Amino acid sequence: MMSFATGFRHGVHPPEEKGLTSHVPIRRMPYPDELVLPLRQHAGKPAKVCVKTGDHVERGDVLGEADGFMSVPIHASAAGTVVDVGWWPHPDGSMAESVRIKVDRFAPQVARPRMVPHWEGLTTQQVVKAVQDAGVVGLGGAAFPTHVKLAPPKDHHVHTLIINGAECEPYLTSDHRTMVEYPGRVHFGIRVMMRAMGVLKCVIGVEKNKPDAIEALRRTVPDDLDVAILPLTVKYPQGAEKMLIHAVTGVEVPSGKLPVTVGVVVQNVGSVSAIAEVFETGLPLIERIVTVSGHGLRRPANLIVPVGTKLRDLLAYCDGVTAEAAEVIIGGPMMGQALANLDAPVIKGTTGVVVLEKGETREAAVYPCIHCGRCLDACPVFLNPSLLGDYARTQQYEQMVDLHLSDCMLCGSCAYVCPANIPLSQLFQASKLALRRAQPAVA
Amino acid sequence: MSTEKLVVTASPHIRSQDSVPRIMWHVVASLVPVVLAAAWFFGVSALLQIATAVIAAVLTERLTGKGGAIADGSATITGLLLGLTLPAGFPLWMTALGTAFAIIFGKQVWGGLGQNVFNPALVGRAFLQAAFPVAITTWPSPGGGFFALHGDLFAIPLTHPLPNAVTSATPLGLLKFEGKGTAISNLVIGSTGGSLGETAALVILAGGVYLAWRGYLNWRVPVSILATVMALSAIIHFIDATKPGALFMIFSGGLMLGAVYMATDMVTSPITNLGKWVFGVGIGILVVVIRVWGGLPEGVMYAILFMNALTPFINRATQPRVFGTRLVSVT
Repeated sequence: MMSFATGFRHGVHPPEEKGLTSHVPIRRMPYPDELVLPLRQHAGKPAKVCVKTGDHVERGDVLGEADGFMSVPIHASAAGTVVDVGWWPHPDGSMAESVRIKVDRFAPQVARPRMVPHWEGLTTQQVVKAVQDAGVVGLGGAAFPTHVKLAPPKDHHVHTLIINGAECEPYLTSDHRTMVEYPGRVHFGIRVMMRAMGVLKCVIGVEKNKPDAIEALRRTVPDDLDVAILPLTVKYPQGAEKMLIHAVTGVEVPSGKLPVTVGVVVQNVGSVSAIAEVFETGLPLIERIVTVSGHGLRRPANLIVPVGTKLRDLLAYCDGVTAEAAEVIIGGPMMGQALANLDAPVIKGTTGVVVLEKGETREAAVYPCIHCGRCLDACPVFLNPSLLGDYARTQQYEQMVDLHLSDCMLCGSCAYVCPANIPLSQLFQASKLALRRAQPAVA
Repeated sequence: MSTEKLVVTASPHIRSQDSVPRIMWHVVASLVPVVLAAAWFFGVSALLQIATAVIAAVLTERLTGKGGAIADGSATITGLLLGLTLPAGFPLWMTALGTAFAIIFGKQVWGGLGQNVFNPALVGRAFLQAAFPVAITTWPSPGGGFFALHGDLFAIPLTHPLPNAVTSATPLGLLKFEGKGTAISNLVIGSTGGSLGETAALVILAGGVYLAWRGYLNWRVPVSILATVMALSAIIHFIDATKPGALFMIFSGGLMLGAVYMATDMVTSPITNLGKWVFGVGIGILVVVIRVWGGLPEGVMYAILFMNALTPFINRATQPRVFGTRLVSVT
């Protein structure tokens, strides 16, 4: 079962830049004056707002309720007063309905007395419900509701839980620090998940550039659980779900299918430790570990940040940006989102904030494709980005479907290596969007 | 950031250091030793020849291309390569005409850089071969002093060049038409008759190794061409000893320049790695067939042009298998 392969073919090697924060212990950021909590912080339906302007909320109170199964609630990350419910810049670049809270400076910031669910006595459905009620989503970036993964379709047998500790994006170290500093919490979250799903085997995949994380996890593996730690080849995008599953099981997830069809469920390190917190403290997901890094930042750090903290406040807490700072990215530099408006908040899916300096950005002349083939050698799912790019620019979307555009995960490897500086990821993202609009069933 | 003039680009926000101009200028740099070798053997004539081709290529690019296209270095490469395929004494006006033809009909009419199907330098060379068959097969002997002007370099445009006294056939021509061999050592060093870039096989090879090491050249193409030519000619030589052997084949004529610098042109060769093998083997077979059984002594140019034409089909037939589409049942 365990494959000899701990990597995958193709992929790229961007500079890791993790040394800026990989040794910096996680610290807690103080509460800012104001928090902004978008109702849309996860994949699926946005939460339904259930507070109004003027309401007083305690830390952990529900601001928006889950709207169906493919949705999670949003909680107040600090005690304070709701000052507005309205549109506000979202870190994905759009505007989103958000609850703004003026933080009460003199509140003790302890949550209301609450029940800590005793997980061993719970049925699977009750665990799923508890995780959903706590608003837990995938903390690796995609923010897929975690409870949905806990309840896989009945017609599939899940034999392995895979924990994603690859953290292959440059700069980001939040998962790394979580594994080093809270390995016990990671294992506890795994225990709850394995129990709830009835899975007997778990593999934690960690890139080899984090030996201290591998060591910490190995040291703390519970005796009664079948948990293996698998060191992975350092390569981008090793942390992509399909690449990770291939590295662990040697199996390729069929095109267009979910991992559960090959009997595995993948969960991010941060997400399992969030599950652990739910069953340790009863607190919902109201804060997360964020790597704030980049050469354009004065004091890079790994911080526990209240969800809803504005980027402006976060950067200010890190002593601000340098004179050469040019671009602020939410997430990592390969798949993250550049932002112009620093009023946008940190949300549940924010893995990091990276500030690039002038000269580090990809502002450069764009040349025609010279068919060098580097993108083909980079694409982890063996697409032909060069040809796809030609079709995208001429808007021949049907041909792109035939070339498996739907298998593109927008990892950016092709655009990273492209010597012509063609924005391939952007073209593919736009093409997917155009196809979705034209034909909701495709892509 | 108080003014907040932030850059907003689409992901990925970082890129590798390589760019199109960087690749092109590395190719140019790696050709400098080849040019120097040509100058060593053919003196100032070689430099005049190559300089004319490069200047004509860049001027034509400037007149016909988009602004700034010169900076990408591709026109310089076309000029250099075309110049290297010409004999030292080739009239310069013909060189300029052929290079202009190469840029206009080899590249620009297709839509400029990246769009052409055929290698521009070889398009120019094919045009010259058709237009001036005598001049392009008049090869001066190497040597004669650095400042000796070979052939009739300064022939007045639209006139025929004067015949030159000291000429010699190329090793391939000698073998084909007169049945004479040439010592392998002379071939390797390059002290034989031939076009400027035909003679210094080792220097060309070194340039290719450098480019492959830097990742600016796909080694599969030259390796498959050279291996195919060697294997086929070894078999043929074994059956019929009057036919040339493997080493003679790879070190003679334009094969080395063609295999290392022309067949590897990214624009006109297949994009898939499997396709590059197919492409190289195809060129190798064609070279041997033309040289051994064809009417011409040399066939590298036509072999590459022919495989250029097949490149879109090779690409289509060698698309990589997309992840997750393997036809196996999953437990």
